[in-house]
Amino acid sequence: MQKDDYEGKFGSKDQQETLKRITKSDYKYGFTSDIETDTIPKGLSEDVVRMISAKKNEPEFMLEWRLRAYRHWLSMIEPTWPHVSYSAIDFQDIIYYAAPKKKAKLDSLDEVDPKLRATFDKLGISIEEQKRISGVAVDAIMDSASVATTFKKDLSKLGIIFCSFSEAIRNHPELIRKYMGTVVPYTDNFYAALNSAVFSDGSFCYIPKGVRCPMELSTYFRINTANTGQFERTLIVAEEGAYVSYLEGCTAPMRDENQLHAAVVEIVSHKDAEVKYSTVQNWYPGDEKGRGGIYNFVTKRGICHKNAKISWTQVETGSAITWKYPSVILKGDRSIGEFYSVAVTNNYQQADTGTKMIHLGENTHSTIISKGVSAGYSQNSYRGLVKVAKNAKNARNFSQCDSLLIGDQCGAHTFPYIEVNNPTAKVEHEATTSKVGEDQIFYCNQRGISTEDAISLIVNGYCKEVFRELPMEFAVEAQNLLAVSLEGSVG
Amino acid sequence: MLLKIKELRASVKDTEILKGINLKVNRGEVHAIMGPNGSGKSTLANLLSGREGYEATGGEVLFDGKNLLDMSTEERACQGLFLAFQYPVEIPGVSIANFLKSAVNDIRAYHGLSKIDAMEFLTLAKDKMKMLDMDSKFLRRSVNDGFSGGEKKRNEVFQLSMLNPRLAVLDETDSGLDIDALKIVANGVNRFHTKENGVVLITHYQRLLDYIAPDFVHVLVKGRIVESGGKELALHLEKHGYDWAIKSKKRVN
Repeated sequence: MQKDDYEGKFGSKDQQETLKRITKSDYKYGFTSDIETDTIPKGLSEDVVRMISAKKNEPEFMLEWRLRAYRHWLSMIEPTWPHVSYSAIDFQDIIYYAAPKKKAKLDSLDEVDPKLRATFDKLGISIEEQKRISGVAVDAIMDSASVATTFKKDLSKLGIIFCSFSEAIRNHPELIRKYMGTVVPYTDNFYAALNSAVFSDGSFCYIPKGVRCPMELSTYFRINTANTGQFERTLIVAEEGAYVSYLEGCTAPMRDENQLHAAVVEIVSHKDAEVKYSTVQNWYPGDEKGRGGIYNFVTKRGICHKNAKISWTQVETGSAITWKYPSVILKGDRSIGEFYSVAVTNNYQQADTGTKMIHLGENTHSTIISKGVSAGYSQNSYRGLVKVAKNAKNARNFSQCDSLLIGDQCGAHTFPYIEVNNPTAKVEHEATTSKVGEDQIFYCNQRGISTEDAISLIVNGYCKEVFRELPMEFAVEAQNLLAVSLEGSVG
Repeated sequence: MLLKIKELRASVKDTEILKGINLKVNRGEVHAIMGPNGSGKSTLANLLSGREGYEATGGEVLFDGKNLLDMSTEERACQGLFLAFQYPVEIPGVSIANFLKSAVNDIRAYHGLSKIDAMEFLTLAKDKMKMLDMDSKFLRRSVNDGFSGGEKKRNEVFQLSMLNPRLAVLDETDSGLDIDALKIVANGVNRFHTKENGVVLITHYQRLLDYIAPDFVHVLVKGRIVESGGKELALHLEKHGYDWAIKSKKRVN
């Protein structure tokens, strides 16, 4: 176990001024849409868990599972080991369920609430456009309930199931019972237990044996009701030899209150299957003084069977606090786990993020590429575990953790944990810390490039290895997001 | 007049380096500024480009009649001042194509022009690269990242030809080049040079001037221009060394 700390230092006063100006851009997606919402009172109890389950017309097994999770959660305490600080969360001060009121059952996009549609349009997420141009099936989630699902017919011809989690519970209870909680049990951690008790909705994706999903599956999450905790649950199952690329992206409206977001994502990649999971996360990060913003405490984990592959790619620019470690359990022989991450923090944001690669099978391989970018007064930590079990012969891991600092008030930290229990393992770890150099900015300036554009260029160049793992349409969005996030910092 | 430097004094970390420089550059002229190490050559280049840490303490610099010292670095660049760096900076992960396109577009935006068409940019770049005997793969490489000394200098001249400024200041562009690279670089500068623009070559050695013929040669010693003359002055320096110029400075004083 080792710990490297590095506090940024940056040049002259002028440079500092420019950095300050650039880092101070406003959150461009801060607006509230005025949609009637069906909510329940604040607080959490068995009654609330029952109420949520009842509102969703869930079968008995689901309620039982929620209640077990809730009772277990009562016995747990909040984790304090992440390198983040915030005042205690009052779990009785949160509304645990909110869903937009539906006017009627929706058969087509035309029936979606026009205000809701307008909100998506503002975010640049026109469902119609996506449907027509990019060929992406979008399961749009506004607050907690699923409002529109597209391309379902095309997908169902191939036997692919892509629907909201609630629908899956109603229509495919056998699959939910079989897989839910197998990768992230409700006993796993405090927030996973909380999610298991009160999860509102999410996505379910099932790719049958030998099927290659012909399009990128995409979900947009968005928090819209003040004081509403968001507890999504996603489950992706790829049967033997199947392939799917799944995209998750979000932008949340500006809010003063801190909003808790505790999602759970489970992936099961069977023999010879491959799942690619890409995220662009842009929850409201709080204002420049660090007020407000989303608390994002997420548990994401996948399991690989023989010869299977799971690849996590994430671009994190949002949230006041991020606590997130997309992980892969390499259970089957010759399975592969990958983690590509860009985490950007600015102003008073705090991020403690990384991955866990658990090598159980023989000849398992994992790759970790983590790029942290810190600006303003933010704290950005990489925390990663590479574990090689006793029987994992010839396991290989390569980790590269780079930190880039912008300004002299931010911090970058690396906490790599390596546990090797088999002598044939080969584990490599590389780490660098660098600053956006004054000389680089001057070089750009001398060519006529403004300081903001220069920083954007330099940071995008630094993150290139991760961006090239993103699907095309997402890569462009990610680059734009990076520029927006760092406006007023150095880029 | 393109550039007019009048009694320019400048300090670096409170030490006065330039002690009253006078220089006039007209359109169509090539000026060479020669001098021994520590004479203030690079300070002059850095000061003209507006680098942080180089402070003008007296005198003035007019660029096309405008006060250059009042402008930010990028404004000077947009106004048409280009500095070919003695030590070009590496920017990993940023392709030369991307870098140059940003530069071209930011300069165009400054002049109220729309972004350059992608095909137009590519055609122009390929054209210039051919002239500099560069492989077109070059555009995809990261800016100066892992470049040899010669490649870095060639990249500077490539950028010069792409941005087509009104005044090019080349800071020791000949250093670290073998004779073939030197010829290519000099050829690039000669092709860039027209009646409409000016070139200031800052160099320690005479040999670059075998390939780029200067109209004027100035000898900079201890922060002052002690001799000015035509091309023959460079040859004289080559023969007699800077000691001669230093002695001549004493004569002046």
